[in-house]
Amino acid sequence: MTEAAAELRTVIVEREIGYPPEKIWRALTQPHLLQEWLMQSDFAPEPDREFTFRGDWGSVQCRVVEVEPYRSLSYTWGAMGLESVVTWTLAPSPKGTHLRMEQTGFRADQQQAYQGAKFGWKRMIEKLEQVMADEESAA
Amino acid sequence: MPTAQDMLFRTLADPTRRAIFERLCRMGGQTVAALTAEAGVSQPAVSKHLGVLKRAGLVRDRHQGRQTHYSAEVKALRPLLDWTSEMAGFWAKRIDMLEDLLKRMDQ
Repeated sequence: MTEAAAELRTVIVEREIGYPPEKIWRALTQPHLLQEWLMQSDFAPEPDREFTFRGDWGSVQCRVVEVEPYRSLSYTWGAMGLESVVTWTLAPSPKGTHLRMEQTGFRADQQQAYQGAKFGWKRMIEKLEQVMADEESAA
Repeated sequence: MPTAQDMLFRTLADPTRRAIFERLCRMGGQTVAALTAEAGVSQPAVSKHLGVLKRAGLVRDRHQGRQTHYSAEVKALRPLLDWTSEMAGFWAKRIDMLEDLLKRMDQ
């Protein structure tokens, strides 16, 4: 395994939202509100609680890692045989709240396994990656 | 963008269409007639699948006399190979929905 392949991958989405943290916290933690924007779940903001998000396309196995009311919430996010951690951070701002979502934990070398699990045509992806690499080196 | 990925997912979800695309990846440029011989469906059906693949940017066509040659645009799959851009698109869309919900919660 190369060093680059072992690196963790992170996705960050940040947004200024014109509502106070308390209100956003409700939408992040109450199942009847969560299902309106994310997915159906049996979530409860209790450390170590295991829960499942269910979507049309499948389900995500989760466990609550940390809860700091109105400030931060993190849970594991296991889907397609790979696990990552989703962390929500809420900070009061002049406009209302600075909301930050960070998802981290996937290694670069798991990428291919993830795609394979998703499509069930892992070998084809490998072939395509090879074709693309060949095209690029030819260019 | 998530919409581009949605389109690729939808386009390749159909097994016949995926088989046509795989064949083009494997064999290079093919005519509709050659693809029909392998596909196990009628020529109009193959043409329809090729049209969908073309709209998704997965194939390009080249006219040569009365024949049309199709070839795969494997680069169009790049968004699917990038996990981080896919998840970023997922969360951006979900947070849009969260904002909509927050507006409704006000009432």
